Amino acid sequence: MPPQSRPLSPHLQVYRPMYTMVLSISHRASGVFQSVGLLLLAYWLVAAASGAQAYATAAKVFANPLVKLAIAGWIVAFWYHFFAGIRHLVWDAGFGFEKPVARRSGQLVVVLAALASLFTLALAWRHLGGGA
Amino acid sequence: MAEFRLPPNSRFKDVPGRQYKAPPGATSVRTFRIYRWDPDSGDKPRVDSFEVDLRRCGPMVLDALIKIKNEVDSTLTFRRSCREGICGSCAMNIDGVNTLACIKAIEDVKGELRIFPLPHLPVIKDLVPDLTNFYAQYASIKPWLQTRTPAPPDRERLQSPEDQEKIDRPSACILCACCSTSCPSYWWNGDRYLGPAALLAAYRWIVDTRDEATGERLDDLEDPFRLYRCHTIMNCTEACPKDLNPARAIAEIKKLMAERQY
Repeated sequence: MPPQSRPLSPHLQVYRPMYTMVLSISHRASGVFQSVGLLLLAYWLVAAASGAQAYATAAKVFANPLVKLAIAGWIVAFWYHFFAGIRHLVWDAGFGFEKPVARRSGQLVVVLAALASLFTLALAWRHLGGGA
Repeated sequence: MAEFRLPPNSRFKDVPGRQYKAPPGATSVRTFRIYRWDPDSGDKPRVDSFEVDLRRCGPMVLDALIKIKNEVDSTLTFRRSCREGICGSCAMNIDGVNTLACIKAIEDVKGELRIFPLPHLPVIKDLVPDLTNFYAQYASIKPWLQTRTPAPPDRERLQSPEDQEKIDRPSACILCACCSTSCPSYWWNGDRYLGPAALLAAYRWIVDTRDEATGERLDDLEDPFRLYRCHTIMNCTEACPKDLNPARAIAEIKKLMAERQY
């Protein structure tokens, strides 16, 4: 039987979503999402530099609930990527590879990201006037 | 480039699997859902269901596979040898995680037992994957002692107990391929990324104080794919049935790479 006709054994289809791979792909996904979010930030800065009229348009864009939701997501992605990135730095320095330690650091990253996101969102809510 | 879907000839849900009922009078029945592919049939892979009476079966997943082969379907094909976790032959994906069937207890799995070959490899038959590439990658790291100085005439090349300790754990690798085939990075780039098993072996020779080819070994690994496709996902370490730590070994190699540059 020529090898070309051999089927490929199932991979993603059957592998249990281990916490290791879930955190890893989330790190990458949050990084990508964050880069996209930076475009919004750049747009806001450019609008602010271009004068009152451009800024007024931008303010309208940012008042859109969908855009607000995207920014909320961006905040979550930012904090997750931030803490997971520190976890990777510690690994790259050669620490934290024991299975229980790696599991604990993964939990810590998720908890810290959640807390930091809630804090940031609460701040934004308070200073930017609720649903306004 | 990563291909997340299985190619059409590899999809295992298109053909209905066969069902084998437990014999009458069975009291403690568990269902084993097992990936099947027969190279001679021309069909796509399928998943068969075997009901096994655990009262009349040994405790390990391998015991159940042998029982099925002996008593129900003699065409069921899998590798096995030592039945005690030292040969590495019966590595497969059980309940979603790569491990050795001989040291995986049936009672550690709740509900149906889903058994597939090691992931993302060409299947030769049923649970037997083609490991040619895996072994070639192992050979490529030159897993033997390389020296330039002549050996002492009257004795072996000696090593302190501390130096021996560095290679103790990595040497315990049985090359079962559980780690490499659990690694998503190896799934997507297995043709160019060496994978955790080969890199753990490379590390074992790099830190061996008797080996005199450390520089060349590091040179060989200095490559965006061979070493650096490791993104510290850690599936390898989670999967290793010998409780070794390939992820740490790879990180140590990366550190040595950085250290020798500055």
